[in-house]
Amino acid sequence: MEKTLMKGTEAIAEAAVQAGCKYFFGYPITPQNEIPEYMSKRLPEVGGVYLQAESELAASNMLLGAAAVGERVMTSSSSPGISLMSEAVSYMAGQELPVVIVNVMRAGPGLGGILPSQADYNQATCGIGHGDFNLIVLAPGSLQETVNLMQKAFDLAEKYRNPVLVICDGVIGQIMEAVEIPNGTGARYTNPVEWAAGYMDKRGSSVIVRSLYLDAEDLEAHNRKLEAKWRTIVENETMCEKYRTEDAKLVISAFGTVARIARSVVNNLREEGMQVGLIRPIVVSPFPVADFESLSPTCKHILDTEMNWGQMLRDVKAGVRYNIPVSFYGRSGGFCPSEQEIEDECRRLYAELG
Amino acid sequence: MTEKTIYKRPKSWKGVHTHYCPGCTHGIIHKMICQAIDELGIQEKTVGIAPVGCAVLIYNYTDVDFVEAAHGRAPAIATGIKRVRPDRIVFSYQGDGDLASIGMAEIVHAANRGENITVIFVNNAIYGMTGGQMAPTTLLEQKTTTTQSGRDAHEAGYPIRVCEMLATMEAPAYIERVSAASYKHLPALRNAIKKAFQNQVEGKGFSLVEVLSTCPTNWGMRPLDAVNWLDTHMIPFFPLGKFKDFDGGEA
Ligand SMILES: Cc1ncc(C[n+]2csc(CCOP(=O)(O)OP(=O)(O)O)c2C)c(N)n1
Repeated sequence: MEKTLMKGTEAIAEAAVQAGCKYFFGYPITPQNEIPEYMSKRLPEVGGVYLQAESELAASNMLLGAAAVGERVMTSSSSPGISLMSEAVSYMAGQELPVVIVNVMRAGPGLGGILPSQADYNQATCGIGHGDFNLIVLAPGSLQETVNLMQKAFDLAEKYRNPVLVICDGVIGQIMEAVEIPNGTGARYTNPVEWAAGYMDKRGSSVIVRSLYLDAEDLEAHNRKLEAKWRTIVENETMCEKYRTEDAKLVISAFGTVARIARSVVNNLREEGMQVGLIRPIVVSPFPVADFESLSPTCKHILDTEMNWGQMLRDVKAGVRYNIPVSFYGRSGGFCPSEQEIEDECRRLYAELG
Repeated sequence: MTEKTIYKRPKSWKGVHTHYCPGCTHGIIHKMICQAIDELGIQEKTVGIAPVGCAVLIYNYTDVDFVEAAHGRAPAIATGIKRVRPDRIVFSYQGDGDLASIGMAEIVHAANRGENITVIFVNNAIYGMTGGQMAPTTLLEQKTTTTQSGRDAHEAGYPIRVCEMLATMEAPAYIERVSAASYKHLPALRNAIKKAFQNQVEGKGFSLVEVLSTCPTNWGMRPLDAVNWLDTHMIPFFPLGKFKDFDGGEA
């Protein structure tokens, strides 16, 4: 397939369609409105259904219903809407339902603003919905990568029957860029007849898609199963890019659009002979601990940089087992740290390293 | 001697002992749902949505596929299922707290879209599962654990008449209020439930049956007193009858 000039959000929507998603339930919120708008026109063309719900609460529960009968389904929203969806996310994790949710993050807290942000890292990785469960969270670094990862998002959701959240900042959503949308693989990783509602005729017996276990022994057994599943995900599904870190003394850690900027910074400083590198988690939950642990022994300092006040810091510090000092530079409220700002911070830190 | 069967357990009834309190009407309503499902021959393609409330355990009695909902969200889940699997028969079963309080937005919008689903709405004028707190349908002056000197309109507003409210909308196909308490009302209950499923089979659209029900435990009454209280207090405020019926014109 060749490259076409597309707006980020529309490219994400088309990538989902190519990945076999036929159903979308959503509610308008900036900066992701083009996803539902695109889906409302596109899905009927592939025999699917788009429905505008009365709220994100309803949208996420419609998502739950569609997934509970074994269909490939997604929704998208932005930060305040994702907060409302967190109720259903907890239920879907408990009920082991494969769904994909895209959060085109905007600046918070509260209504915050509509400009780009990465302020929902904590919510995505450890704060969405009540109870003992984990989400798989993808944090692509560019529009092309987001588009490439949509198939993977659906595959992971089905493989583990677990909700998958894709977080991208508003820059990725709103950018106009030439992208290549991969054709879908058509692969399915689960057989709904085995577990989904709506197949009693094919299965010959009824099922209950549930998260309620009033008996503590049953609930502990269920939660043990979820935990074992998560261990397998931690073992097999981390994803991280290391860029010029082999001999780096200073390593920048970043995800999403900030990592794209940080890569230019690395290139600029390398031209001046400075040993600088970049480590970029692509799957942020489970966090790629092994990639941080195995950073080159030349690494003396890590600069974590984000579009928030340092939400990934805790993971980065734990990732290097607190053996390497980590400092932070970030912007908030809708600003992205600029190339110049990150470069200045790197120079300052590098000089101190001696 | 030939034997004649005059009554038997519905096929889609699981045949287990009830956990509901003595005098509770959930069991009767469950059974009539099973009967309707059997009569229409739709057991293997029916998907029920279990609510949050005493009746979450409906799936222990009714042998069809079930999906559990968060409190109040059943109509949204039913919408999601029906839109992607229109060949399934989808019904939600919801209490008054579930449907008329926390889930008011979901039911209003499902009705307004005319979703081709069946809703069985059980109004017992109280929160059963959590121990007898005020419901949106609690009558004025009715005592509950959170309105201990009786519901006062100035503080807690008025009981909500769900059928009347939903009947103001264009889309719903069928809305009727029946009672599960006295014997004399049971034929109407059976017919209404069957019609609400039949409508869906025929693609007629949104059908809701409100069933007035007793909760002797949380009303603090003996079962027979509860039946009388329903007849003398609930029915005058929540009149029985059809509020909307595409077949027979507007009631
Ligand atoms: C989000 C949420 N809020 C509150 C509850 C607690 N809760 C469980 S059942 C219930 C009330 C149910 O009352 P109703 O819908 O009238 O059904 P009944 O138990 O009377 O049949 C409440 C408030 C809950 N489970 N979830």
